[in-house]
Parts: sequence; structure tokens; C-alpha cells
Amino acid sequence: MNFLSYLINGISLGSVYAIIALGYTMVYGIAKMLNFAHGDVIMIGCYVTFLAMSGQGIHPLAAVIISIVVCTLLGIAVEKIAYKPLRRATPLAVLITAIGVSYFLQNAALLLFGADTKSFSSVVTLPALKLADGALTISGTTIVTIAACIVIMVALMLFIKKTKAGQAMLAVSEDKDAAQLMGVNVNATISLTFAIGSGLAAIAGVLFCSAYPTLTPYTGSMPGIKAFTAAVFGGIGSIPGALIGGILLGIIEILGRAYISSQLSDAIVFAVLIVVLLVKPTGILGKQIHEKV
Amino acid sequence: MAMLEVKNLEVHYGVIQAIKGISFEVNEGEVIALIGANGAGKTTTLQTITGMLKPSAGEILFGGQDISKIPGHKIVSMGMAHVPEGRRVFAELSVYENLKLGAYTRKDKAEIAESLARVYKSFPRLEERKNQLAGTLSGGEQQMLAMGRALMSKPKIVLMDEPSMGLSPILVEEIFNIIREISAGGTTVLLVEQNAKKALAIADRAYVLETGKIVLSGDAKEMMNNDSIKKAYLGE
Ligand SMILES: Nc1ncnc2c1ncn2[C@@H]1O[C@H](COP(=O)(O)OP(=O)(O)OP(=O)(O)O)[C@@H](O)[C@H]1O
Ligand SMILES: [Mg+2]
Repeated sequence: MNFLSYLINGISLGSVYAIIALGYTMVYGIAKMLNFAHGDVIMIGCYVTFLAMSGQGIHPLAAVIISIVVCTLLGIAVEKIAYKPLRRATPLAVLITAIGVSYFLQNAALLLFGADTKSFSSVVTLPALKLADGALTISGTTIVTIAACIVIMVALMLFIKKTKAGQAMLAVSEDKDAAQLMGVNVNATISLTFAIGSGLAAIAGVLFCSAYPTLTPYTGSMPGIKAFTAAVFGGIGSIPGALIGGILLGIIEILGRAYISSQLSDAIVFAVLIVVLLVKPTGILGKQIHEKV
Repeated sequence: MAMLEVKNLEVHYGVIQAIKGISFEVNEGEVIALIGANGAGKTTTLQTITGMLKPSAGEILFGGQDISKIPGHKIVSMGMAHVPEGRRVFAELSVYENLKLGAYTRKDKAEIAESLARVYKSFPRLEERKNQLAGTLSGGEQQMLAMGRALMSKPKIVLMDEPSMGLSPILVEEIFNIIREISAGGTTVLLVEQNAKKALAIADRAYVLETGKIVLSGDAKEMMNNDSIKKAYLGE
């Protein structure tokens, strides 16, 4: 029963990683850049939810929606102000800018919200599920997290496959000039991608903090890095890859913590990544990217 | 009034001037060939017309309106389609999805379905392979897809950049037949080709581009008999 319980917790943590990884992978797919500030958008989302709930006494669900709106706008603004002017710059310049944005957001949070640790109370009010005569307990947060991940994945796949905007995203990911020749507004499509990724980051952040309730300006960086790892693990640019990478990473982390060493669990996660990349450099579902000459 | 009128167009890549003040016009219903050697500036000219590149000087009048400062994605819905050099089909999408993207700016579902049926009629092979990923098509099929995709926007004028490039003689023949059909259907064509012989054979008029300048223009049939053209471009 213990193993099953660890496994479910792993899937739940992995669901959070998967939702964050979507943001990395979609932005990478379309803008060919690693948005290192993505993790910090999560942190901002958590603060917004926290302040709305504890400060203003707003209903948790409404607080989450406010947080999604704020993060979506933040994502669009970051892209417009920091990344768009660098559309034709070298990848290194873009990467350094992204790291700069990350520090900017952390310091802004430090200034606005203070350095003290906030204790985040779960947004989930669902009671825990007791199975097998109480031998296996699944918390409400766990259930909601896994369900949210499934709903988001299905919705996103349908959006991309079935809507014009989704097809435009695929077209822009593959060939910006050709997409423009079809009449696709490339800048608006990139904006939309950042908006979706950041909105999802808000949801992931709230779920993460509901399970791990300490909130500081640096809360976003570790899940951010892990989700980035998950995206690379699954094959960066691939949406199913983000799901698989995220879930596997969550399971490895929780099982590693339970059976090997709680101090080493992060090291185990990154060791697995290194092994995977040695065997398959493009990640599990990644395709060889042919650079155009 | 000409449908498309390019006036004193200049285009730079950084400090390199690729187009050095060219002027030409395309009238409604015409097939115009733009021929020239490698690096003459043919692709640059087409890309500037459809907004992929910004000119450093000059005007591009389409239906009397200067489109040189309009964002590129708005030009398709004005009635101009571009079959780019190297096809540039969306390899990860199916043939059908590529064609649907061609109609991205159109709203009327019934009209889009009608265009799709017409494209499938001109290119039966695309219909047979509609669920296949575009990246798995042969070169000739990809060219057909690129042309079909452009036609899905129901253009008044279509710009084609070397549609016969890299194709076997039989396919080249097929592609040129289709260009003839497109023209017969009432669509104006601006055709860039290295295969000058074939291009001149179907064109009404032609322009010859040499290192960013138009050095010759006139009736396509007369050009086929021009000695310098014969020597430089027709390999005779
Ligand atoms: N992205 C670029 N950066 C710098 N110079 C460029 C670029 N693209 C084209 N050029 C230069 O501009 C000139 C015109 O190129 P263009 O591609 O328009 O020629 P073309 O007539 O289409 O040739 P081809 O028949 O080989 O396709 C060439 O000298 C080329 O080297
Ligand atoms: Mg060319």
C-alpha cells in the first residue's frame, strides 16, 4: 500500500511538473527560446492567490481565476517588453535576458511581498479519499491536481488540433514566414502562446503550493527547473512529451525520496535526465530538429 | 490601371543592396515571367511584395493601394498569394491541414469547401494523400501542395517562386500545365523561374532581372527569339 501511495503522490507532483512543462515546451516550440522566467511566473501566481484569499477573503476558486488572469497578462507583458525586441537576436542574448527577467521577477516579489515565508493554505476543500479500509488515503489536493492535469492536456490537444488559432500555433512553430504567408499574425500567435503558458503556470503554482505550502519569492525556481527538466526529458517542443516527462519526473522524485534518500532525491532526478539525454539526446518523444541553413 | 505595380523598388540586406530600383507592372489576367540567374534578386522581389521583407525605397501598388507598409499577414486577405521558393509546406501537418491553413483568412465555410474541392480536382494526388503528413510527400507532391495551399486563399494574383525547381521533366510539364489552368481560371500569375524556356512559353510578358536591376522587358514570345536571351538564359 505504501508503494501505491508513493506512486499516486508521484503522479500528482508529476502532474504539476507537466502543467509547468507545457509552458516551457510551447514557448520553446514557437519562439525557439528557453523562458527561464517561467518558474517565477508561478511564484507571482501563488502570491496573487495567497493575497486574494488571505488578505481579501476571496473564495479560493475566484482567487485562482484572478491569479490566472494576472499571470496571463504578465506572460504577455514579459514577451512584449523583454523578448519581442530580441526576435532576431542570438540565442545566447535571449537566454541571458530570460535569466534577467527571472531575477527581476524574484526581486520585484521580494520588494512587493517581503522576504518572509508565507504559509499557503490549500485552495482545495475536497475531503481526502480513503480506500482499502483506510490503508490508502489520497488527499483532495492530489485528486484535484491529477484531474486538472488531465483536463488541461485534453483541452490543449483539442485546442491545437481543432481550432484555427491552434493550427496557426503549429504553423508558426514550424515556419514563421510561411505561416505569415497564410495570413497568420505571427506576433499575436507568439503572444497567445505566452499567454496560455503563463495562465497554466498560475494553475500549476496554486496546485504546487497547495501541496507544499511554503511561499517565498524563490518558490518558483525549483519546480521551474524541474519542469524544464521534464520538458527536456520528454522532448522539448512536444506537448505529449511534457506530460510524460513531467509524470515520470514526479514519480522518480517521490520514489527516490521514499526508498533511496530524501536528501538525494533532486540529484536522482537530474541523474536520470543526464542518462536519458546520453541515450536519446532529443528526449523521449523529441524529434531531431533540422536547423535551416 | 495595373493590378500590381512596383515602382522604383529598392531592398537591402543590411548594407548589401539586393534590389536596385526596379519597376514593373502586372495587369489583370496576365501571366508575367520574371527571369534571371542565381542571385539576381527574384526571390527578394517576391518576398518584398508579400511583406516578408521591407523595402528601403519605392512603392508596391496593389489595386492602387500602397502595400509596402502593410503588415505581411494582412496582404493575403487582399487577394495575393505566394508560393514560396522551396515550397515551405508545414511538414508536421497533414495535407488537409496545410490546405486549411491556406484558407486561414477566409470565414465562409461553404466557400472554403468549394475551394478545397477545386484544389482536389486540380491535384487528385493531394486528395488521395489528404491525411498524410506533408513532410512525407515527394518533392513534386509538396510543390502541388504549396500551390494548392496558395489557391485556398482564393487569390486574385498568385506569385510563384521557382515552382519547377528540382522536379523531373514530366513533373515540370505537369506543374506548368497547372499554372496554365490557374491562369485560364482567371487568376493573375507572377512567375519567377530559372527554367526560362518554359516560363517564356506560357507568359504574356517577361522581365529579365540581373543583379538587382531589370535589364530587359517585353513580349514573352519576342524574348524567346532575342539573341542575348537565347545565349544567356535558354542555353542555345
Ligand atoms: N538573407 C539574406 N542576407 C543577405 N543577403 C541575401 C539574403 N538573401 C539573399 N541575399 C542576397 O541577395 C541577392 C538576391 O538574392 P535572391 O535570393 O533574391 O536571388 P534569386 O534571384 O532568387 O536567386 P535564385 O535563383 O538562386 O533563387 C543575392 O546576392 C543574395 O546573396
Ligand atoms: Mg530565388
